[in-house]
Order: sequence, then structure tokens, then C-alpha cells
Amino acid sequence: MSLQAELEHYRNVLIVRLRGELDHHTADVVRYKMEEALLHGRSDHVILSLKELQFMDSSGLGVILGRYKQVKSKGGKMVVCDVNPSVHRLFELSGLFKILTIHDDERTAISSLEVVS
Amino acid sequence: MNGLNEMTLSFSARSENEAFARIAVAAFVSQLDPTLEELNDLKTAVSEAVTNAIIHGYESDPSCQVTIEARIEGDSVSIAVLDSGSGIEDLELARQPLYTSKPELERSGMGFTIMENFMDRFEVSSRLGGGTRVEMLKRIESKKALYN
Repeated sequence: MSLQAELEHYRNVLIVRLRGELDHHTADVVRYKMEEALLHGRSDHVILSLKELQFMDSSGLGVILGRYKQVKSKGGKMVVCDVNPSVHRLFELSGLFKILTIHDDERTAISSLEVVS
Repeated sequence: MNGLNEMTLSFSARSENEAFARIAVAAFVSQLDPTLEELNDLKTAVSEAVTNAIIHGYESDPSCQVTIEARIEGDSVSIAVLDSGSGIEDLELARQPLYTSKPELERSGMGFTIMENFMDRFEVSSRLGGGTRVEMLKRIESKKALYN
């Protein structure tokens, strides 16, 4: 089982769609792809779209926290959407919802960011 | 299910094997007919323990071996994850939420907290230079029981 990360720039928002399993082994790819896109793209904000993320553990939390710091240091916002119950529980346990806003789907996530920028 | 059912699994300390380990344990436990949530809890806890063994126990040295011992007894599954690596210097500190000895690797420091929360019992013993043993237990509320 592996992980696919699909990145799309939409206006000033980077949409990251994760599909598969995010663990220590697959976290590096996510880190690398997002770092590159944030450094070289013109996106201020990030939407993590997790509809097809089937598994995540604390290594996933680590890479998400790392990118959150990267986005925040440039004055941007990071939001999540389409979070399944098990990932939701992990976010809740780790207190990630204190820093990330959660949305039902990409559409509402985008409109929340358009209000911000 | 009556009686005892055991399995032991040893594999190289490679990150590719993290997915293999949690899927293998899930397959073994599936005979208890767990719910999706129970299965996900188990997979997450196993993933945390195995990742710790690889990163912290063995510093990602693929010539080392991680061992999992799983045992089904009645409606419970016990899982031990063992390494013979570097061991943990301060267990109390290591178990603190958000503590990590490797912040440069973007570790969240949530591994032990997740294992404690997702399983019914959790214990860790470790000796500096002598490896680490994580023992966990989860009761499976078999779906079958609901229909009886």
C-alpha cells in the first residue's frame, strides 16, 4: 500500500489531495512535494483534502505540522477537508484542530480562504 | 473463539515494512471479526510501535530485525513489538505527549499517546543499549455478539 499526493494550484491556494496510507515511509514524499510547491509556487494557503486517505499515524501528524509551520511563517493559512472518522480522531487527540480549521469539502474550504485573502 | 492462538513475525527494520506489519496483524486479528474502528485502532498502534523500533531503536539500520508477537485469547488480542536496539534513556519523558527525541525529523511526539489511547492496555519496558519492548492489549467486541 502506498500514497499518492496530487497537488493543484488554484488561485493563491495549494490543494493537496492525499490518497492511500500516510505513515513514516510515505511521509517523505508528501514533505518533499509540498515543500517544493510552497517554495516555488505562488500559493499563500493550503487545503489538505483527505477524502481518500485511508490510513494515517503520528508520522502523518508530523509532516502536516511541519508544513503548517512553513505556511504560517509566510502568513498563510492551512485548512483540512473531507476528514474520515479515524483521521478525525487522530487530529482531535493531538490537538491539531486548535490550529487547523476543518471543512466538509474542498468547495467550502476554498470559500473560507477567499474570505481570508 | 476458544483457546490460544499465537503468531510471531520478524522483519528487517525498513520503513517499507511498516505497512506490511500493520496489515499482517490486522489479518491475524480479523478472525475475531473486529469492527473497522477496532481494526484501525490496532493498525495505528502497531504502526506507531514498529516505526519507533525502526527510527529510534535501530536508527533505520535495515540489517536489524523488528519482532511482533501476537496472541489471541478469548476476545482479546495481545501484541508485543520488540527491538534489540538502543533502548530509551528516560521512559517517563518519552511518554509525554508531543515529546520527541528527533525534532529534526518532524516527528510529532504522539506515538506513545496514540498507543495508550487506542488500546485497552499499554506497557513499555526498555533498557539503554538493550532494546525496547512494547506490550499492548485490545478487547474486540465481536460484531457477531451483537446479532445473538
